[in-house]
Amino acid sequence: MPEPVCVIRTGSANLASVVAGLRRVHAAPEITTDPSVVRAANRLVLPGVGAFGAAMAQLQQASLVDAIREHVRSGKPFLAICLGLQLLGPASEESRGVDGLGLVDSRVARFPEGLIVPQLGWNRVEPADGCRLLQEGYAYYANSYRMTEVPSGWQGATSQHGGPFVAAIERGAQLACQFHPELSGAWGRELLERWLAASVASGGMPC
Amino acid sequence: MLTRRVIPCLDVRDGRVVKGVRFQGLRDAGDPAERAAAYEAQGADELVLLDVSATPEGRGHALDTVRRVRDVLGIPLTVGGGVRVVDDAAALLDAGADKVAVNTAAVRAPEILGMLAERFGCQCVVLAIDAASTGPGAWSVVVRSGTERTRREAVGWAREAVHRGAGEILLTSWDRDGTRSGYDLELVSAVSRAVRVPVIASGGADTSEHLAAALRAGASAVLAASIFHYGDTTVAAIKAELAACGLEVRP
Repeated sequence: MPEPVCVIRTGSANLASVVAGLRRVHAAPEITTDPSVVRAANRLVLPGVGAFGAAMAQLQQASLVDAIREHVRSGKPFLAICLGLQLLGPASEESRGVDGLGLVDSRVARFPEGLIVPQLGWNRVEPADGCRLLQEGYAYYANSYRMTEVPSGWQGATSQHGGPFVAAIERGAQLACQFHPELSGAWGRELLERWLAASVASGGMPC
Repeated sequence: MLTRRVIPCLDVRDGRVVKGVRFQGLRDAGDPAERAAAYEAQGADELVLLDVSATPEGRGHALDTVRRVRDVLGIPLTVGGGVRVVDDAAALLDAGADKVAVNTAAVRAPEILGMLAERFGCQCVVLAIDAASTGPGAWSVVVRSGTERTRREAVGWAREAVHRGAGEILLTSWDRDGTRSGYDLELVSAVSRAVRVPVIASGGADTSEHLAAALRAGASAVLAASIFHYGDTTVAAIKAELAACGLEVRP
């Protein structure tokens, strides 16, 4: 029986890839912009590509900000991808003056000068000891900005591009990745499977 | 550390993979979704799918092909060919592309690069340049599958395109395409030095030495079609040879 998963439509994201990736691990993704659907969801996915400010504006406009905050604070199963991770922070160098979701305390900054940016390609992921979902391997990235420190209260993995940056963070059945698990081949598929299994174990209410 | 990418390219016409020499004399090379799945299994880092259909009817298959490939493909997919306006790109992304490549449309109206970057982010916008040699250290941009030479100079065009919003350059040597005589290393080097976004070298690959040389010349990724399509080698074999040359690739 496919596991229902709510996927928030953040405008310009590569939703088709996220949906295809979730289907390949036998989840049943449902795309929504409706706050009441988000509030009723047990498993929530926040994908995102594009600019920090534009994405926050879209979440505000759809009245989704509080619904997402409540979901993440409740500890219910949650998956953020790429810009979705950055949106969890208080702000980003990319869009000065725009408030993020403010759910984690780490800052988001552009990669240092002199590097090839955007970072497009596969980079090695090194999880810290306490990680349960994240494992060592190669993941696909497409980003110009990154979180610089693992926020308090989360376990993290790092990768190197002009120094270490946050590859992903996890807490129970909550996972937020700078890389794209849906585009990270077999390694990414297995990560999605572990996240889905953890979300089922944490109480499988319908989407 | 960010690894170098090996990218098989599927030229698709009327829903079938084809390959020619200098964009002409196309031969059938299989079903796109089957080829895509096989390349992912071999360790391909990404796929590029270029729609080279000659007619609007042929182009009608493109979205369907992208959907079929997306269903089976768990690595990034760049799609190009026939992108004229922003909505064409949106349709390809909706169908399952992760990046969109523009070529002729950007040469005609460079503003499209900024419009695409604003709507989808620059990491989504690939500028495809087909460059033909015009003398030592000089290349002009060709469009319409190489049938029309423009007055644009390739290195300057790459620089302008990045300034306008392109996040990656897919750089094809028209002179070398399909010839299997090696990449135009001078071209790869000139463009890689001119921009700080990833450059994908394309056109002329035959051996792993060719790929290694393009990566050493400054390319972030190497694209090849002919060598993979007809079973001469596999992505896995090529990557093992690149690793043996000391180049960092995803195992």
